[in-house]
Amino acid sequence: MQVNTLPFEFDIPPPALRVAEAPLKRQGVPLTLDRISKSYGQRAVLQDLHLELRAGEFVAVVGRSGCGKSTLLRAIAGLEQADAGQVRVGHGAAPSVRIMFQEARLLPWKSVVDNVTLGLKRSLNAAMATLHALGLADRADDWPAELSGGQRQRVALARALLHQPQLLLLDEPLGALDALTRIEMQQLIETQWRAHGFTAVLVTHDVQEALTLADRVILIEEGRITLDLPVDLPRPRARGSAGFAALERQLLDRLLQPRPSV
Amino acid sequence: MGAPWRVTRTAALRVATPWLVPVLLLAAWQVAAQAGWLSSRVLPEPWAVLKAFWTLAASGELWGHLRTSLWRASCGFGLGAGLGLALGLLTGSFRQAETLLDTTLQMIRNIPALALIPLVILWFGIDEWAKLFLLAVGVYFPVYLNTFHGIRSADQGLIEMARSYGLSGWPLYRDVILPAALPSILVGVRFSLGLVWVLLIVAETISAQAGIGYMTMNAREFLQTDVVLVGILLYALLGKLADLFSRALERHFLRWNPAYR
Repeated sequence: MQVNTLPFEFDIPPPALRVAEAPLKRQGVPLTLDRISKSYGQRAVLQDLHLELRAGEFVAVVGRSGCGKSTLLRAIAGLEQADAGQVRVGHGAAPSVRIMFQEARLLPWKSVVDNVTLGLKRSLNAAMATLHALGLADRADDWPAELSGGQRQRVALARALLHQPQLLLLDEPLGALDALTRIEMQQLIETQWRAHGFTAVLVTHDVQEALTLADRVILIEEGRITLDLPVDLPRPRARGSAGFAALERQLLDRLLQPRPSV
Repeated sequence: MGAPWRVTRTAALRVATPWLVPVLLLAAWQVAAQAGWLSSRVLPEPWAVLKAFWTLAASGELWGHLRTSLWRASCGFGLGAGLGLALGLLTGSFRQAETLLDTTLQMIRNIPALALIPLVILWFGIDEWAKLFLLAVGVYFPVYLNTFHGIRSADQGLIEMARSYGLSGWPLYRDVILPAALPSILVGVRFSLGLVWVLLIVAETISAQAGIGYMTMNAREFLQTDVVLVGILLYALLGKLADLFSRALERHFLRWNPAYR
């Protein structure tokens, strides 16, 4: 599909720049995980896990690999069925939940703009505006194969945002990016979160990333929540600040503790 | 001043290099024939082949045969590949269809198409249908197998993503599964397009009143080795054209894939 990107360059100021003046939208919904359990064969991955998120809250889930954090996210998204317990998203029927995977998972045979509008009808203008906000307006007609890893994840973010998610799930989406691109993407996600006010759950193994973005950091060990740490730092957060460093120290110490023998 | 000249020269070289070996072979052949090392009964000189080609083309006989062969090849290919695509999509997409049909199809696959000739003659006699049947059976399996494989090996991550974005049923099939299978399907098509000419030669020697195979067999009866060679070279040319056609298909349908640009 050929799209003339020119009109958008002049007509629509990037939403990122309007955040400060415009009232924040509140499209987020509360999320409740009520005593979730899940096991694969003999191995219990999630045990009786309870978690509540306020509408518009940003929660990061950290833990060692294999602790069950990805399974938790997939259970919230409905990609896995929990053995016991209940996932409640919002109050109304059919809340809009979108997930960003570790890989961008773009359809290689569709152009960037067609990837972004996947599953939506007649959304070209909105798609172009979203791409513009993420600095991708000039790549709209390119194939995904022509983009860098960071750009692909930005397209995946645009695709998720265009669906106006009430709950956005992020499954280590920045894990494969280089350090600089990762910081850029973190800023982008924070900006978009503040602009749209969706509820967000970010699974990550990067403690700094969790502390940069989240209102609360949850630590999962052996399928249970073992730490629930509120992050009361003003945004945007400076990694070098004393408060940040103290929280980082605290989390890392907890993570690096020798595990109690079972 | 030197750079543009070098660019055109490398471009020209790239076009000319693939033809270097055929042209050298042709020259060696002509020299050998003229020097009397090759009897014209064994292999006529290229010039004689060219003359035979010209005579056949001028009299219009060649075009008649060519039209008949092309028609047979496209009908046989259309029939076999169409069926292979349809059944491959069916068994690839539905487990029940695979359980029901795949074993049978795998057994039939191992029968060489050419081993069916006696049966085919009994069933269809020696008219057009016998030839089309042979072509279709031979062409069917490469397309079927590759379609099945393509559908089955579609990226599960993409399908999961598409489902979580609300796609299901026909839109999921059209936007995700089918395009994912397309590279594999086109491999089958390309293989089949090459195979169809091989099968056609055999099919047209069964008993035909027209076609390049018939022309070649007829010429053999009269020891017209030059005409036999015209027939053989025509097959080579048609095979090359079929290959170019399938490459064009790939370049069009797989233009999103850097490997095909």
